[in-house]
Amino acid sequence: MRHIISVLLENESGALSRVAGLFSARSFNIESLSVAPSEDLTASRMTIVTSGNDAVIEQIVKQLDKLVDVIEVSEITSSDHIEREIVFVKIKDSDTENENLKSLKTNEFLKIHKAENGHAIIECVDSPENVNEFINTVKDIAIKIIRSGAVGIGS
Amino acid sequence: MKQNTDNNNEKFTGAEIFVKCLEAEGIELVFGYPGGAVLHIYDELHKQNEVSHILVRHEQGAVHAAEGFAKSSDKPGVVLVTSGPGATNSITGIADAYMDSVPIVIFTGQVRTALIGNDAFQEVDTVGITRPCVKHNFMITDVKDMASTIKKAFYVATTGRPGPVVVDIPKDITEDKCEFSYPDSVEMRSYNPIIEISDDSIKQAAEKILSCDKPVIYAGGGVINSNASEELTKFAKYLNFPVTNTLMGLGCFPGDDPQFIQMLGMHGSYEANMAMHDCDLLIAVGARFDDRITGRLDKFSPNATVIHIDVDPSSISKNIKAHIPIHGDVKAAVNKLSEEIISKNLKPKNIDRWWGQINEWRKKDSFKYNQDSDIIKPQFVVDSLYKVTKGDAFITSDVGQHQMWAAQLYKFNKPKRWINSGGLGTMGFGLPSAMGTQFANTDSLVCCITGEASIQMCIQELSTCLQYGLPIKIINLNNRYMGMVRQWQEFFYEKRYAMSYMDALPDFVKLAESFGHVGIKVEKSSDVESALEDAINMKNRLVFLDFITDQNENVFPMIATGAAHNKMILS
Repeated sequence: MRHIISVLLENESGALSRVAGLFSARSFNIESLSVAPSEDLTASRMTIVTSGNDAVIEQIVKQLDKLVDVIEVSEITSSDHIEREIVFVKIKDSDTENENLKSLKTNEFLKIHKAENGHAIIECVDSPENVNEFINTVKDIAIKIIRSGAVGIGS
Repeated sequence: MKQNTDNNNEKFTGAEIFVKCLEAEGIELVFGYPGGAVLHIYDELHKQNEVSHILVRHEQGAVHAAEGFAKSSDKPGVVLVTSGPGATNSITGIADAYMDSVPIVIFTGQVRTALIGNDAFQEVDTVGITRPCVKHNFMITDVKDMASTIKKAFYVATTGRPGPVVVDIPKDITEDKCEFSYPDSVEMRSYNPIIEISDDSIKQAAEKILSCDKPVIYAGGGVINSNASEELTKFAKYLNFPVTNTLMGLGCFPGDDPQFIQMLGMHGSYEANMAMHDCDLLIAVGARFDDRITGRLDKFSPNATVIHIDVDPSSISKNIKAHIPIHGDVKAAVNKLSEEIISKNLKPKNIDRWWGQINEWRKKDSFKYNQDSDIIKPQFVVDSLYKVTKGDAFITSDVGQHQMWAAQLYKFNKPKRWINSGGLGTMGFGLPSAMGTQFANTDSLVCCITGEASIQMCIQELSTCLQYGLPIKIINLNNRYMGMVRQWQEFFYEKRYAMSYMDALPDFVKLAESFGHVGIKVEKSSDVESALEDAINMKNRLVFLDFITDQNENVFPMIATGAAHNKMILS
């Protein structure tokens, strides 16, 4: 099952490697990982999307918590939360008139940017289900897809 | 972090501060090996007498020596090595200390900060390489952080579940100057080893303990790390519950006590493994249910309620689901359980029937062997050593058959007497760890039970032993095979003994003599005891006893990988 784990960790060099290394060393899955400064400038917030049964997730949380640089770990998908992902898709300018895309154009979470060399870039910020649906819709015309990985917050 | 500044405005080099920090931390011994990146530090060590430096012959030896020192005392072990190969040579020891939760701090030299990342001479990414096998690591990039980082390193290494901490120090940091003050306390918001034990879990556990019919206490190295042997022993004696130990836990409960049902696991006793399989209450204390203990997970203690006490929450329910997890320091937890049960004078149920069953299993005498000819049985050497030393020696071991026989047959009555490599299984551990043990226990008898394959992996340390006059007794069980490899090949590879034969062995007597020690070869069973006595009587000499043993002896009982506890091979 898919889970999002939010980690607050000391903003020290190598902290990211400790987390990434832990996942590879213990054969835990990482679907996506994003890291950025938090409200506290000396700490970073990391959002990890992973999957596994309850025992695996329990181990992931415990192992993360054991890292000396980690201040706080929470699994946010087991209770109320909000999550979003940003996706950029580069397409040919001519494909902006694509039938499938047209149906999405009314979506308030979508923006289309003009790009150089006859390209256009679609920006989508949405929930994971909608992002997946969007990607399915555009995958045949996509030249490049760039995803941020999800970030989330318990509500 | 509070700081005491004694020397207003006076500035010291990083190397001077390094030595002052060790002094402030109460460190008397450092095991190490010099090299370019740590020369400033060595120069400072040379100028003072508070901190002694022990020169090993290989950095792996330094780390194992520090482990032996830490495991046989109440102090952390300290290692100092240079950058590049100095650091990489120490990795095996660091990984060993990580697996067995040994509190050591390893200082590694590093190239100058300006050179880092430039593939400089003797540069290696020590922080990167050691990351997966340390409790934590640091690189000091400003001399002003030297004192606080060293304080943190010792704090992290010695608190909670102990472990190795690496501190990487670039050379320029050891020549930069700043004022010195050693912090007298540490606060790290991301690391809090002091855990409040839940009263609920204690109450639940006490209830199960008082109502079970077939209990087993399964105690591991965590009991020793937590200095809780006395408390656990008192608790177990009060309840009259059977106690089994892991390889790492031997000595945390008296080995000659009738309640002790011996070591459990792959080469554990019949009674311990059968009791683990049939019990209805499993009380795991400072143990981590590793695969050499559990065997097949889905057949492990099928009917037991599991109480698991551990300071490391990630050890709880990792391999075996704990019904009643007790997260906290073992000593504190056992004390709380004792308050709940002993202080209230509550009695457990009568378990005479369970003891009757255990005593039936005991009759198999599963560690038995036959010393029936001139050919020396390896077990007989261990038995004789136990007899001659009256069970009161510090015993280190290497890895393999000899290690299992030592664990099975030497009865440890005190904690911190059995020093071996359990988790990583590092051949080469025995001799250097015996050095550290001897340094920590200068007037005690230290014996290293080893084999002719293992001993050759850190044999160079015989030179260190001469330099510092360490009177270790090396008990070499020489069967001309990598015995445990041969045993597996005999059982599981139709006796195809691929590469397990030790060809072209040295003459160990001459080898010991060439290092300035005494060597004795023993070939007849009738000579074993007297040879051991002679060696022990040479109080100031290292004696290398080369016992030529039966080549075909195997370690029994054995639970094959992936088998259940009640599927033991007995002979």
